[in-house]
Amino acid sequence: MAATRTLARLATRRTAVRPALFTRGLASVADTHARDPISKIAEKTVPDAARKPIPESKTSTVKEPEPSKDAKIKTFHIYRWNPDEPSSKPKMQSYTLDLNKTGPMMLDALIRIKNEVDPTLTFRRSCREGICGSCAMNIDGVNTLACLCRIPTETAKESRIYPLPHMYVVKDLVPDMTLFYKQYRSVKPYLQRDTPAPDGREFRQSKEERKKLDGLYECILCACCSTSCPSYWWNQEEYLGPAVLLQSYRWIADSRDEKKPERLDALNNSMSVYRCHTILNCSRTCPKGLNPALAIAEIKKSMAFT
Amino acid sequence: MARSGLQRDVLSLYRQCMRAVREKPAETRENFRSFARTGFRDHITVNKKDFSTIEYLLRKGRRQLEIYQDPGIRNISK
Repeated sequence: MAATRTLARLATRRTAVRPALFTRGLASVADTHARDPISKIAEKTVPDAARKPIPESKTSTVKEPEPSKDAKIKTFHIYRWNPDEPSSKPKMQSYTLDLNKTGPMMLDALIRIKNEVDPTLTFRRSCREGICGSCAMNIDGVNTLACLCRIPTETAKESRIYPLPHMYVVKDLVPDMTLFYKQYRSVKPYLQRDTPAPDGREFRQSKEERKKLDGLYECILCACCSTSCPSYWWNQEEYLGPAVLLQSYRWIADSRDEKKPERLDALNNSMSVYRCHTILNCSRTCPKGLNPALAIAEIKKSMAFT
Repeated sequence: MARSGLQRDVLSLYRQCMRAVREKPAETRENFRSFARTGFRDHITVNKKDFSTIEYLLRKGRRQLEIYQDPGIRNISK
């Protein structure tokens, strides 16, 4: 009897388990599991107190080297964590700077701290004009590029700088972007064509066709949008995230590309695109003023009408 | 012995490392083995309840394994 009961249970379980990973979740009432994120557990976890950084009130403050008389002193709280001491907790370190001697942007402040106050502070930076996307970080609660973010001039307010949220930290303000780049690679971000150009020269586009790429090609892959998306926070492994989807649409929309059906087919599952719930944090945060949510909507539209 | 998920992850990473060592040329295998083992031994003092540290070390170890598995890497020295 017991044996038959286990058999029956096994049988029912087998029918209950769907291959959730790459099936298209239809928005029907019967298919209730379609809406379950695979990593539902992740949403249930309470933020672990042990992983919160030590607040700035419990750490020392590094002061401006030689403050002048009419100095405009502003305080910056910066997230610090050193991987060489892996068992030490992350902490918030405070720095005070004289704004008169500092450039106008947050990146200038960070560079000044690194040059003059604390050379151990680590962050990525390159072009300092918002074209490389290296200095993406969370400044005063908003993901943005440090080089495009002005330092608020009122000195009473303190600025808080964190690395991009929900990314593994390599050191201080440097996030681990491996997964992000792997996802980018998975959408094949290059021109795919089999037929040569009719006149044997470059692949031509009309002005209208070129216009479709405006608002897409400007993306610098700083990952500000992806890391601001709650849906991406909880389903990083499966959901591609706004930045990568915007890039994916950039190639879907390209008139010279001949693999549009294959590209759409690769996205046609319940996780890759359809974890976008139009939260629109991506469009709100984009430091380049692009609209990833619109691109995702266009992908959804072209998938619905083919 | 009942092991926690984290303990099993550490052990499986160790086994993966030891298996990866076998793919290396015979004369330098010992260097790779000692490299992997010191990688683990250096952090033997980490408190077993310090989950975030262990998880970080695991991630780091997996990344290192992925890099050093490349057949182009034929020798290693400390």
